[in-house]
Amino acid sequence: MQEITRDILLERAEALLADGTVDRVLGWKKGEFAYDVTPAVFTTADELRAEFVWNDFCGANFSKYLIKETAKKDTKVLVFLKSCDTYSFNQLLTEHRFDREKVYVIGVPCNGMLDPKKVKDKAESVLSVTDNGTEVAIETLYDGIVTVARDELLPDRCLNCKSKKHVAYDELLGTEGDVVANARFDEVARLEAMTPDERFAFWQNELSRCIRCNACRDVCPACTCEKCVFDNPNSGVDNKAPANEFEEKMFHIIRAFHVAGRCTDCGECSRVCPQSIPLHLLNRKFIKDIDEFYGEYQAGAEAGSRAPIVNYDLNDLEASEAVERGNE
Amino acid sequence: MRKIAVNNLDSLFAAIAAEYKLYIPVDTDAGAKFSEWSEGAKLSDALNTVRSAKDFFFPQTENLVDFKMEGKTIEIIDNRSECEDFAVFGVRACDVKSFEILDRVFLSEPVDTYYKNRRDHGVIISMACNKPAETCFCGTFGIDASAPEGDIVCYKTDDILYLEAKTEKGEKLLALVAALTEDTDNSAVEAQKKLIKERLDRLPLKNLKADAFGDGKTSKFFDAPEWSELSETCLGCGTCTFVCPTCQCYDIKDFNTGHGVKRFRCWDSCMYSDFTRMAHGNSRNSQLERFRQRFMHKLVYYPTNNDGLFSCVGCGRCISKCPINMNIVKVMKKLGGKEND
Repeated sequence: MQEITRDILLERAEALLADGTVDRVLGWKKGEFAYDVTPAVFTTADELRAEFVWNDFCGANFSKYLIKETAKKDTKVLVFLKSCDTYSFNQLLTEHRFDREKVYVIGVPCNGMLDPKKVKDKAESVLSVTDNGTEVAIETLYDGIVTVARDELLPDRCLNCKSKKHVAYDELLGTEGDVVANARFDEVARLEAMTPDERFAFWQNELSRCIRCNACRDVCPACTCEKCVFDNPNSGVDNKAPANEFEEKMFHIIRAFHVAGRCTDCGECSRVCPQSIPLHLLNRKFIKDIDEFYGEYQAGAEAGSRAPIVNYDLNDLEASEAVERGNE
Repeated sequence: MRKIAVNNLDSLFAAIAAEYKLYIPVDTDAGAKFSEWSEGAKLSDALNTVRSAKDFFFPQTENLVDFKMEGKTIEIIDNRSECEDFAVFGVRACDVKSFEILDRVFLSEPVDTYYKNRRDHGVIISMACNKPAETCFCGTFGIDASAPEGDIVCYKTDDILYLEAKTEKGEKLLALVAALTEDTDNSAVEAQKKLIKERLDRLPLKNLKADAFGDGKTSKFFDAPEWSELSETCLGCGTCTFVCPTCQCYDIKDFNTGHGVKRFRCWDSCMYSDFTRMAHGNSRNSQLERFRQRFMHKLVYYPTNNDGLFSCVGCGRCISKCPINMNIVKVMKKLGGKEND
């Protein structure tokens, strides 16, 4: 269950539209079912009242949409951001990817968003979902009401939430949270403990499912190149399908390198993957290494901060040491 | 009509696999997928596979021809070979219908020999849907999940699997396993059909209509203002097109091997920025145009060219998989008028 209700968000959105602070609202639109919420741009109070939703399925991170939205017009757009989304927001600002002046941010506390994949794993043919706090009641077509502990329906990124604190906003609803202790690097440590062959087999199995839909790249707030190298016919590496098995791994590994130091660990890549590949683990490995090599660093925690790998410090690890540790 | 006890399925699969390469849906951590049968493989109870069955006939990527260069000579190497006989068990009514939609594209002149080769050698063993899901809307396109098409049609109850051959290919396969199966009348299957029909009637999307779309509706929908709102937050990824059983667009590319060229074809997606890019540039430069292309193709262009047949089968995969939860149902409801609300 979320601390702030839909009506409170609606009231704020209507007020900001009415007083002319913003002329449109980036929000969530209800779908056909409980879980198929769509990001949408609302321009009137009537549209908002009819279709705006705020519930356990509003997982989409809106930060990246601000690039397109702020390029469109000179007027302000209202955006609702969860705490994790604000890290992406700051990171994009650091990279000068959108105009802060054209955005009005309302920070919304988040109690973790449910994973539709997990909901469907627990209950077939979902008709409605009611969040009762610690438990979620799922109404199904064939098995009546199935009740599941809420924690069992949270995606990895919410189970391992790194921060309830909003690091950017113009206005915050509800109570401010803190950076929270989490176990997000445990799974990375487990992979590190494997032998190289085991680890290769793990990724071979996971990445063999990739259908190269590019959803991970297209949703990623750190992937904002105007023309991705993999889409550019002049790059020599553009491909819609892998020429061989290794190429698929290359795509994901290159992408992880490209967002290293800039990835805030928002988890959108794994949320959208239609093949359920745990892509966030690749990025977390980079984050863990950066933390260990250069001292703890959270991308997006502060707008304008210099990431360790684009900064120089006398205490920096020598390249040879990094290679050595990689061989351990 | 033949029948076999469900706890005897292993022997049925073993007998089929002795003559055919056999694929059945199995469960994995990432959902159900068609997998080659081997001893001990367990049939998935999932309603459908994550990837559609079109992969069997139209794989995501395939080598078309090789060119080998030596000095000033170019050798053209045709890699085609006769496909071995294979059988796909457990194909749902929606996916079976998708083959007809693909056939009309690949088997019309000039015939796509790569596709035809696989089609000729594949036997489709379909399975009625005991528990259609909330995302199912095959009925919108006249597909009956209680009576799928296929070379052999199966019905499964808790303990019995019923099989009926519908084509010569199907009869040939069933004859092979005649000793394992026994004759039965239609009564149990009719009861099962009735149960399924009742369930189809309870689906939330049962009233979705495609009547507003179809042959000759290009000018009605092409400039509809709703496309802007519908495509507004589309990421431009290829998820919908790649999980779709009927999306059939492909690209042909050359891979430089250093000594020659491997010419391969791979699925393409109208959602991608270089889709149908030609020497003069790209004909669809905005995501709105690319998004519109996908739905106009399914609901207007394809039926215009194919006797009114829509090229959506209502499998619901795009509903489950789109990162922003935009899909053909929302498009049809928005554009299709009041009767769809």
